[in-house]
Amino acid sequence: MSTVARIKRTQIAQLMEKGKRLDGRELTAYREIKIEMGIIEKAEGSARILLGDTEVLVGVKIEVGSPFPDTPNEGVLTVNAELVPLASPTFEPGPPNENAIELARVVDRGIRESKAINLEKLCLEPGKKVLVVFIDVYVLNHDGNLIDASAMAALAALLNTKMFKYEIEEEEIKKKPGYDPLPMQNYPIAITFAKINGKLAIDPWLEEEQVMEARLTLTTEKDGKICAIQKGGTGYFTVKQIVELAQTAREKASEIRKLLVKE
Amino acid sequence: MPKSEERMIDKDGVRIDGRKYNELRQTKIEVGILSNADGSAYIEQGKNKILSAVYGPHEVHPKHLALPNRSRLRCRYHMAPFSVEERKSPAPSRREQELSKVIREALEPSIFLEYYPRTSIDLFIEILQANGGTRCAGITVASLALADAGIPMRDLTTACAAGKVEGQLVLDLTDNEDKKGEADVPVAYMPNLDAITLLQMDGQLTLEEFEKTINLSLEGCKQLYELQKEALKVKYVAVKEEVEE
Repeated sequence: MSTVARIKRTQIAQLMEKGKRLDGRELTAYREIKIEMGIIEKAEGSARILLGDTEVLVGVKIEVGSPFPDTPNEGVLTVNAELVPLASPTFEPGPPNENAIELARVVDRGIRESKAINLEKLCLEPGKKVLVVFIDVYVLNHDGNLIDASAMAALAALLNTKMFKYEIEEEEIKKKPGYDPLPMQNYPIAITFAKINGKLAIDPWLEEEQVMEARLTLTTEKDGKICAIQKGGTGYFTVKQIVELAQTAREKASEIRKLLVKE
Repeated sequence: MPKSEERMIDKDGVRIDGRKYNELRQTKIEVGILSNADGSAYIEQGKNKILSAVYGPHEVHPKHLALPNRSRLRCRYHMAPFSVEERKSPAPSRREQELSKVIREALEPSIFLEYYPRTSIDLFIEILQANGGTRCAGITVASLALADAGIPMRDLTTACAAGKVEGQLVLDLTDNEDKKGEADVPVAYMPNLDAITLLQMDGQLTLEEFEKTINLSLEGCKQLYELQKEALKVKYVAVKEEVEE
């Protein structure tokens, strides 16, 4: 931690003692969320999320590929995350580092474990041909809590993904005019908390992330079940804290889900 | 290939390998088994066979990674190509890179890194054979390697997973149970400080089930903690006897 961070840490910690935060929010207040869908025409699905000043763009591409040997009747889901150098002075060009890999894998876990996409419906020819859904997370501006913003943008992009219609003729896949929506059946929402000087705050922004001891991300499904968890950072949590955060995450997730899913 | 209808838990609540729901796999731990390393340990937990070694605190390479106020902990979790059914490429996968990160973060809170500024502590975890729960067994054995290296620590870190298989909550899942089960919750824990330093989950659990599962994981951690202390004692009794001869 740099010297500046140490001074800021004291300031942030003292404010949190009084239930306040540097950006004026309460400990349980999420930043404002803005969603734009379908902004990349060439992608089958896309969405841009603004979470305060954090900005994430997600594009979904769909291609024909082969299934994994252990799931011959299911489409394939892959998530990749790029911490694009224009998003922060601390991001560097090159292959994804451990932060980018962790981000992609946490987003992936939420979508996969909640069975958000009905992958069985993406099977074209069992064991041979399936649809592969590529979710590419593109971080455009880093102001903290990339996990929640990316997970939200990924879900929004999936919700407006158009799958080309096709027919199988003599073992050849032929595209037909028109599109179907992706077979979505669940809506996972990730909620992240930061622990700073023993106090907990929802949706940490950059300056809080820089001084936090630990973070905890809980992803919940539409029925309130938990489907993915990831703890990060070098601090720790107690069981009591974790159970409380799970409760809060569930409530917050159902609020955010209403912004994304119009049922 | 076993039939997919094959039950993982029979009607008496006994699992496929004969364990009860709250029973750990047969576990054997040895401390101090590599002569070159500053600290080392080996664990067999069921069919998992994992070796861990610690080098350091020593000079950091490259030098610009040195931190002015504490030691830098570096961790590599790696699976041998022959450790799993289908050969795994020896290049670090995305999964291994994520696990290296979360394992480092699970162990860091236990170490007094501030005692060794401008140095690094390099920790290696090699999975020689994997059968489910290797990140947890890796943490359990790595903590002992750190202790064996004489690095001052607040507590030993111990880790164990619990999860849900065929509707029942069970401790210490095997690979098969994890794949066919509904959820898996790995936890790393420092018992003396009551601190959870690693927590992940995949699968589907209600809040109530999750709370029970995490508590079951902690029961496993506490049992492993006793085995860890036992293994450390065995090594130091052996050293003491050698000295007295």
